[in-house]
Parts: sequence; C-alpha cells; structure tokens
Amino acid sequence: MANKKKHWYNYLWIWSIIYFALGFFNILFAWLGMIDFILPLIFAIVGGNKWFCNNMCGRGQLFWVLGRKVGCSRKKPAPKWLSSKWFRYGFLIFFLTMFGTMVFQTYQVFAGVGTLRKAIKLFWTFKVPWEWTYSGSIFPDWVAQFGYGFYSLMLTSTLIGLIVMVLYKERTWCTFCPMGTMTQGICKIKEKGAK
Amino acid sequence: MAKKKANVNVAGCVACGVCRLQCPKNAISIYRGCYATVDENLCVGCGLCAKACPANVIEVKEREVING
Repeated sequence: MANKKKHWYNYLWIWSIIYFALGFFNILFAWLGMIDFILPLIFAIVGGNKWFCNNMCGRGQLFWVLGRKVGCSRKKPAPKWLSSKWFRYGFLIFFLTMFGTMVFQTYQVFAGVGTLRKAIKLFWTFKVPWEWTYSGSIFPDWVAQFGYGFYSLMLTSTLIGLIVMVLYKERTWCTFCPMGTMTQGICKIKEKGAK
Repeated sequence: MAKKKANVNVAGCVACGVCRLQCPKNAISIYRGCYATVDENLCVGCGLCAKACPANVIEVKEREVING
C-alpha cells in the first residue's frame, strides 16, 4: 500500500461523523453541511479543479475507511449505467429538484404559509420524528426548517452512498455524486474555454 | 520492451481521484478536474488504481514502451 505523507485533510472522514452526531442533538448544526456544498464549487469555479473531491471530501473518505479499511465493501464492479452520463446528470437534476423543493418549504415557513415540521425525511419518503433537536432559538423558524430539510438530504445521500459502498466498490457513490457531477461539468467547460 | 501500464478510459472517468490516492508511485494526476492521467514513465502496472476505481475505467494493459 502506498506510504504517503498524511495531511490534516486526510482525516475529514471524522468530520462526516461529527456532522451527523451534531445534527442528532441540535438541528441548526445541519447548516454546517453547506460548507460541503460551497467549497467544491469554489474550487471548481475559481481553480478549475476537483481538489475538494480528490483530497478533502469527508464523505468519500468515510466510504473508503468503512469499505476498504473496515472491510464493509464487496469491492465488486458497479453496473455500468450507474456511472453513465445520463444517470449522473439525471441524478443531479433529481437532486437539485429535491433541493429546490426543500428551499421552497423553507420559504413557506419564512412567509408564514407553512409551519415548522420537526421531522426528517429519509429517501424523500419516510418521515422520522426528530423533534428533540430543536426547541426554539434566537433564529426564526425557517432557519430550523432549512436545517431539517438539509439534514434529511445529507443523511439520505450518505445512506445511498453506504448501500452502494457495501454492494459495489468503496467509493461507488463518487461516480454519481451530484456535487462531483456538477464540479466535473464546470471543470470540463472551463477546460474547453481555455483551449 | 513490453510493460504493463495503467490505461484510463477518459470518457468514463469521473475525476474522483481515488486512483491517485492509491498509486504508490504518484504516477496519477487529475487533469484540470476532468479526468485521471497516468505518467507512463512512473507507472509500474501494479493495478492498485484499477482495483479502487469506482467507475471501472482503468485497465492494466501490455504496452510498448520506448526507453522502457
């Protein structure tokens, strides 16, 4: 195995675990997940690279630690369609639609049309009570609503990633990760423009 | 002289960089966030990258190498 110099960012898989643990106690911590949304885009838009995916994605690292080091992966090749262009972009569109729906629900609470629902939704279907993580704060209700929605999104995508980690290769999630698809798309556009 | 070298199917590469992290010779880099490239002068054809690649786009192939 490669004996490489370890950097601080090789341990961000710990951050992935801490993130979900924090959201179990206070849903407002879910907002911290925005870092994982914004940083890769900054790297792609400004730097024209996937340095985030390549070096500091805590989720990808977690799948590697659990899949390879702990041995929870079958390490079998995933079906070809899972990393095909249509599936990758299809999943990205689906994911962004769900993200938009979540933002709209947040807006409804903000506008006073909807009320704060203290539950998370897994796989966009199954409602799980999560009310102990919020009992009012200095922030308005919509801030908590976004937390619940965002935490649901993060947990759902991690669960999907864990399932494909067990069934296929350790980091099979990376082949259709919406952030990965988006940042690679941006990099490809930038690369074409540079020619 | 024929040697085994890792070969990336660029069209299917998702540029995740898992191969690069595995390469014991630091022969792999991610070209501008688009795809993985292998430095054939450094590659020893061990296949660790191919084993790790989640998109299964790396193949270790016999290759004619000049200066090999």
